[in-house]
Amino acid sequence: MTMPAITRRGFAFGISAAAGGIVLGIPPESLGQQPSAQQPATPGQPAPLKPLELTAWVVIEADDSVRIRIARSEMGQGIFTTLPMLVAEELECDWAKVKPEFADTAEHIARKRLWGDMRSTNSRSVRTSQEILRKAGAQARTMLVSEAAARWAVPVDECNAGNSIVTHRPSRRTFRYGELAEAAARRRVPAEVELKAPKEWRLIGTAVKPLDTRAKVTGEPVFASDIRLPDMLYAAVASCPSFAGRHTLFEYAGKLVSFDDQKVLVMPGVRKVVRVGDTAVAVIASTWWQAKKALEALPVVWDANAGAGVTTDALRETFEKGLGASDAAVGEKHGDVVAALASAAKVITAEHRVPYLCHATMEPQTCTAHVTADRVDVWAPTQNGEGTANVVAEALGVPVSKVYVHKCRAGGGFGRRGLSQDWARMSVLIAAQVDVPVKMQWSREEDIRHDFYRPMFVARQTAGFDKDGTLIAWKIDLCASSIQATLQASRQRNGVDMSTMHAYLEEDLEGGKAYHVANYQVAFTARQTQIPVGYWRGVNFTPNGFFRETFVDEMAKSAGKNPYQFRREMFAKAPRSLRVLDEVAKRSNWGRQPAGVYQGMALVEHEAAVCAQVVEISVDKEGALKVHRVVCVIDPVFVLHPGMAVMQMEGGIIQALGAALHGEITFENGQVQQSNFHDYALLRMNEVPRIETHLLPCGGDPAQAWGSVGEVGVPPLAPALVNAVFAATGQRIRSLPLRNHKLKAA
Amino acid sequence: MIQLAVNGVQRQFDGDPTTPLLWFVRDELNLPGTRFGCGMGLCGCCTVHIGDKATRSCITPMQDVNGASITTIEGLPAKAPASAGGLHPVQAVWLEENVPQCGYCQSGQIMQAAALLAENPRPSDDDISAAMAGNLCRCGTYPRIHRAIKICAYGKPNSVAALTDGMKTEEQA
Repeated sequence: MTMPAITRRGFAFGISAAAGGIVLGIPPESLGQQPSAQQPATPGQPAPLKPLELTAWVVIEADDSVRIRIARSEMGQGIFTTLPMLVAEELECDWAKVKPEFADTAEHIARKRLWGDMRSTNSRSVRTSQEILRKAGAQARTMLVSEAAARWAVPVDECNAGNSIVTHRPSRRTFRYGELAEAAARRRVPAEVELKAPKEWRLIGTAVKPLDTRAKVTGEPVFASDIRLPDMLYAAVASCPSFAGRHTLFEYAGKLVSFDDQKVLVMPGVRKVVRVGDTAVAVIASTWWQAKKALEALPVVWDANAGAGVTTDALRETFEKGLGASDAAVGEKHGDVVAALASAAKVITAEHRVPYLCHATMEPQTCTAHVTADRVDVWAPTQNGEGTANVVAEALGVPVSKVYVHKCRAGGGFGRRGLSQDWARMSVLIAAQVDVPVKMQWSREEDIRHDFYRPMFVARQTAGFDKDGTLIAWKIDLCASSIQATLQASRQRNGVDMSTMHAYLEEDLEGGKAYHVANYQVAFTARQTQIPVGYWRGVNFTPNGFFRETFVDEMAKSAGKNPYQFRREMFAKAPRSLRVLDEVAKRSNWGRQPAGVYQGMALVEHEAAVCAQVVEISVDKEGALKVHRVVCVIDPVFVLHPGMAVMQMEGGIIQALGAALHGEITFENGQVQQSNFHDYALLRMNEVPRIETHLLPCGGDPAQAWGSVGEVGVPPLAPALVNAVFAATGQRIRSLPLRNHKLKAA
Repeated sequence: MIQLAVNGVQRQFDGDPTTPLLWFVRDELNLPGTRFGCGMGLCGCCTVHIGDKATRSCITPMQDVNGASITTIEGLPAKAPASAGGLHPVQAVWLEENVPQCGYCQSGQIMQAAALLAENPRPSDDDISAAMAGNLCRCGTYPRIHRAIKICAYGKPNSVAALTDGMKTEEQA
């Protein structure tokens, strides 16, 4: 969730640059993302392919099994199915023979970053590897067909590949892929292959059976927290309860002063009590419960001054004062917004705010590590395998070539396990203090109180209208902590985190064609505080989408227009946005809802996908809100797997609705006041509305950027919801969560 | 010494009697399908059956299960005489309907759903939502869980609309 939009030009360049070799690349700008000090030490030529490999992505066994390497991370978004679909589409293999497996992180590093980008962040797993993987499938198929044709001494174009069999058409002779694979793997990988046109796709766009569901319904050990190793011990960990600001990249808690292990070393199973960096302590024991009980009994002295004066109100004031400050960075500007506002016949202003949020993955942070003199093994639920390896190497001061990261499925990710690798660092710092493997498991309380939080964000927006009620000026001031400054300083441009203005930049507004206003300016002020912030599903599109789409409704009201008609006019030159907006209006029967039910709408573009939602609510006599239905339309350019695309939209909507209704992390003296699901409520089944998702891909040339589906379902929900609240009660809700507001009867 | 049956096998425990059943099952019996989510009985990831009752194992101390018969997700198939392909009927529908995303909460969801259906074979939409409200899913698979439970109860109808009256998902490519 960290990369600025790959421009269409940049993406196309990355592919063509990679076309000459067997190492299928990623866009050059992505290669530069890891700090150079963390690059593998030895430059050189790509290592030779291992036997049986048909490109780095495919291994076909003698029994016809098709092993497909997955470079990215699986956290429920389904890439163990969708990425193999892309390869298999061109490989023409029997789908029943496909076996996805993680590409090995250590091998990746040893083989000069063979698999390119290993991250699953920013909804990028499919869209930034789709062409690479289709090409790999086509290359592997070509090698198999060439091998068969050579054995038969016939022209290649007399041979067909399908269902894992190569057939010589004139003679009807056949070879199974498994009979050809070993020899085919020694053939030259063709640099150029022709890819199918979308109308020829047979797998892409179909809802094939996912490949990895069974293990998830039978309770098999699939997660990092299920790892079990010989002689393994367990660690329970506590960080200083208060945040004090950054000491090191991942340390924001106050300092550990001292602990007295004598009292707990006598407790059953307890082996050792260890300091973890400057800010945490861990108890290592034979079982996790023994470790946790001892940790609760351990006398610990923390820095008593840590977090003094850091409260939610103080943080909010810091951000509010930052709005329009002299160090604000302008991200987008045209016309003269100040002059236009001064001359406007009517001006409206609104201030909005969203709170800090934690990720609350169902699997609390965990990691297992075994540190020996020769090597470091880490079993990690990571969204970023290579990043984990680099963090581990740096934490222990060992070369990254000695680090072996074994990727495990993550019990949810949502941005928690990508760039914020604090948990991996803690895990190896603990394991380095004993000579056996250690599984570190955080409690839920640690997980909620030591996150990298979705930042609190504040906005002030001003709009000006001429005497005819036409919108002539729109000024947006934003202030928050920058996630890039926190976790990826190298991503900033001239010291500015441009991503903080997402949803207001031309690149997020159909290239500047949607919501075009003659006089326009968006500016952001960064205020880093004691609180660590991080990437949370939808990242800055979610707060900014809320600010923008609620203010659009306010502007519509001022212009005397229906929110749908006002948007239609603003999208007059933005055909994709208009098409999605019209579809959601049609599917929701906009304006023709049942009596007592009120509607609100919103539309947000995220990484080449456009998503609009209509939320339907009612508010009873006591002011209790009920959400009845969410109608969602998404244009993701192409749909790889319709079922999984719909699941991503449902998941995004449910996560966003929970956050909009209940979600809030607050601070008192630097300490998070929430601790578990009783005071940090997630949406429960009895609160879930009917959700109707309609996929509306625009299609076109597959070489263009494909749209995201992992996050785009999140940003439209909250603004559509509060716009519906206005329709019902006349109340403008400008801060979240909704539970902080007393609603009037509809 | 605490004695109990887990998935039909007699087990003994002589450790701290306040140890939650969850950690005995996970760390000592090596049955990892029962998962840790909150430690306070608030999320349902750790749901097992004590007898036929869905119970949060993270807040159930071992001293309370002396003599009890426990079923975890690993033992669920054996509870249903008609289990197909080694799966309990609820698991089979979960697989067929592709309910999970990340999957971390799904053992608990399945154990809760199986207990609901054993007690109330034809639950209404409200019955389902009420029974499942204690099981959190951060990925947002609730619509699919709801639909899967209705399929378990009523079979898969020809019309999706007829089935998903209470919580509907339409897919259209």
